[in-house]
Order: sequence, then structure tokens, then C-alpha cells
Amino acid sequence: MTILAGHYSYWITIFLMVAGMYILIARGNLLKKLLGLAVLQSSVYLLYIAPGKLVGGTAPIVAEGHVVYSNPLPHVLILTAIVVGVATLALGLAIVVRIREAYGTIEEDEILAQDRAEEVR
Amino acid sequence: MAATVVALAVQRNLFGAVVLFGVYSFLMATVLVALDAVDVAMTEAAVGAGVSTVLLLGALYLVGGMEAKPLARPLVPLVLSVAVGAVLAYGMQGLPAFSDPQAPIHTHVAPRYLKEGPKETGVPNVVTAVLASYRGFDTLGETLVVFTAGAGVIALLRRRQRKNK
Amino acid sequence: MTGDLILRIVAKLLMPYMLLFALYVQFHGDYGPGGGFQAGVIAAAAIVFYAITFGLAAAQRLVPERLVERLLALGVLLYAGVGLAGLALGGSYLDYFVLAHDPVHGQHRGIFWVEAGVGITVAAVMLKLFYMFAARGRDAGDL
Repeated sequence: MTILAGHYSYWITIFLMVAGMYILIARGNLLKKLLGLAVLQSSVYLLYIAPGKLVGGTAPIVAEGHVVYSNPLPHVLILTAIVVGVATLALGLAIVVRIREAYGTIEEDEILAQDRAEEVR
Repeated sequence: MAATVVALAVQRNLFGAVVLFGVYSFLMATVLVALDAVDVAMTEAAVGAGVSTVLLLGALYLVGGMEAKPLARPLVPLVLSVAVGAVLAYGMQGLPAFSDPQAPIHTHVAPRYLKEGPKETGVPNVVTAVLASYRGFDTLGETLVVFTAGAGVIALLRRRQRKNK
Repeated sequence: MTGDLILRIVAKLLMPYMLLFALYVQFHGDYGPGGGFQAGVIAAAAIVFYAITFGLAAAQRLVPERLVERLLALGVLLYAGVGLAGLALGGSYLDYFVLAHDPVHGQHRGIFWVEAGVGITVAAVMLKLFYMFAARGRDAGDL
């Protein structure tokens, strides 16, 4: 099964991505959702960096004695992505803290119930 | 790593979930070193396992520690996620195999950066050269994003001196 | 409390090395893995470590909030300033070739200042985030 053997890095990536997405959709707790989002983001890092690796190569720092290097371009993109990811996480956490102070809970259903009760009034 | 994520999904104690996330980030950093991405691994270890975990713990302290019982009908999200996974798996077959030197990713711009980079910029670390010089605008935008996140959190969480609790 | 004492002594021993390592990673990013982002996060982590061990008030005496806010903006302005310097000296925005007497030296200078700007902003933001979350908890009544 060459599909399995040649592409095993992609299988792992897909599993992590689907797991992250499942946590994001299926859990009602806002903090859990943010964790699922973070898992989803890191699976994307793997998606970009795995194809850049060349077996027998080395890190893309030019030095004596090495000829084959792994591809530096995805490293640059993912470096930016990691930092942007933590920025998003921080803002999300700040919003969750404020929601907690406004509603008293961070469970999605309870928050929606409170909103609906407000609307009826 | 897969086991860690599954445990994270099932875990209802949020503190345990945050610790599992830290473990997951460390494992990811290790995998990245195995993939020769040393800069990225250092950043992921510092940011993912360090700063993210600290911020999550800080927020966790403010919001309280247990998750309520999960959804009564987890079927729809599960089916949806598996469907997305199937579509991704179908698309993945067209992608080049692992570590294929003829893949397009290795034949367009990358060889030029690897050859000309140290000569033009005088910096052996090609990742830094590309980040700071060849793709400097992107890094400027990224610094702005980090700054905006800081400003946003300040706007959200700053207490006004006049308002009493 | 003996547990507390061990933690404090270890923190006092480790902190200078952490900060030194952050500086090393920042400036050695040209020759090995590293650069602005990693260095900024490590520096912020050193101060967060201090804050966790000795209390938020002590850390805020050491690195006041106002200073952190100013540094936040300073890093971004430094980066943009390097770009403008390129403009002023005759090239395009963020052109490093014109910054010194020969192009390669100009690249070195440009990369150095740009990475410094990035490191300063990232360190300031991470530290400010920690301060905000920790202070909110303190205001809520206990810490």
C-alpha cells in the first residue's frame, strides 16, 4: 500500500486536524474550544513542514560539509504562524475571561439560555 | 501525540486538559526537530509549551476548573469531523510522497535562497535571512499582529480606576 | 517554608542565565537557530518565572507596567524605522542594501536592527499578557 507508506506524515496530520476540529465543534466549554483550536493550528504546522524535509539533509543553516538542506521556506511561514497563533489564543482567552465575568459561566448552552431569557423579557 | 489529543478531548478537568496541551506542544517540538526544523522547534517549544500554557493557566484561574457534562448528541459533530477527514484524505493522495526531492516545493525558489542567501546577506542561517530580509514585509506584519494582540488584551482587561468592583 | 526557600534560591540562580540565554539566542540567530521571536519569549519567560516565585508586586517593581507598554510600541516603531531609514538613504522601503558602505554589511545591519525590534516587541507583549491575566486575578480578591 504505497499510499499508506509514502504519505504517513499526512495521515498523522489529518488525524490531528480532525481531532482538533472535533474538540472545537463538539465541546460546549469555551476554554476546551480554544484548546481544540490550538490543536488544529499546530496540526497545520506539521502539514507545512513535513513536505519540506529531505531524508539525509540537515537543518537549513549553511555550514561546511553539508550539501543537502531541508527547505527553509515553510520554516519561515510557520514561524510567523506560531506567533500569530499565540496572539489569537491570548485574545480569545481575554474574551473568555470577560464572558465569565459577564455571564458567570463559560458553558455555551448556559450562555445561550441566558441570552434567550434576556430576549424574552 | 495522537494519544495526547484524544486524552485532551475526553478529559473534563480543565487543568488536566491544559497540562495535556503542554505535553502535546513539547511532543510537537520534538517531532519538528526530527524534521530538521530547528528554528520552528525552538519557537514552538518556547511559545506553545511555555507562553501558551502560562496564559491558559492564568485564564483557567480566572474562570474555574471543571467542564460540564458533554453534549447529549455527539453524533453530528463526529460525523462532520470524519467527513472532513475523508475529504482531506482524498485530496492528500495527489500530494507528493514524504521526502521526495522532485516535489515542486524543492525546485522553485528554495534552491535559490539556499545558494544565494549566505552570499547576498552574509548570514548563514537561511531561515533568519529569509525571515528578516527576503520576506521582511511579512515579518513587519507579524510584529504588528503581536502588537495588536497585546493592545487588544489591554483594551479588554484593563480596569478603570474610577469604576468600583 | 522550606519548599518556598528552595524555589527562591533556584530562581535567583537561574534568572541571570535565562536572560543571558535570551540575549544569546537573539544575537546569535544569524549563525544558529534563534532570532527575535524565540529570544523575546525566553526573556519574557525569565521575568514570568521571577513573578511566579517572588510575587507579582516584586516583578512589577522590577519591570514596571509603563515600561512594558512603552517597549511594546518601541519594537514596532524600530522595525518600521529601519524601513524608513532605507527610504531616506535612497533605496526603497525596507531596502537593506543602502544602509552601509557595502551591500552585505548593510544586510547585516538591517537584519540586526529588525530582529532587535521584533525581540523587544515580543518580549513586551508576552510579559504584558501575563501581567494582565495575573492582575485581573488579584483584583478579583485573592492571589
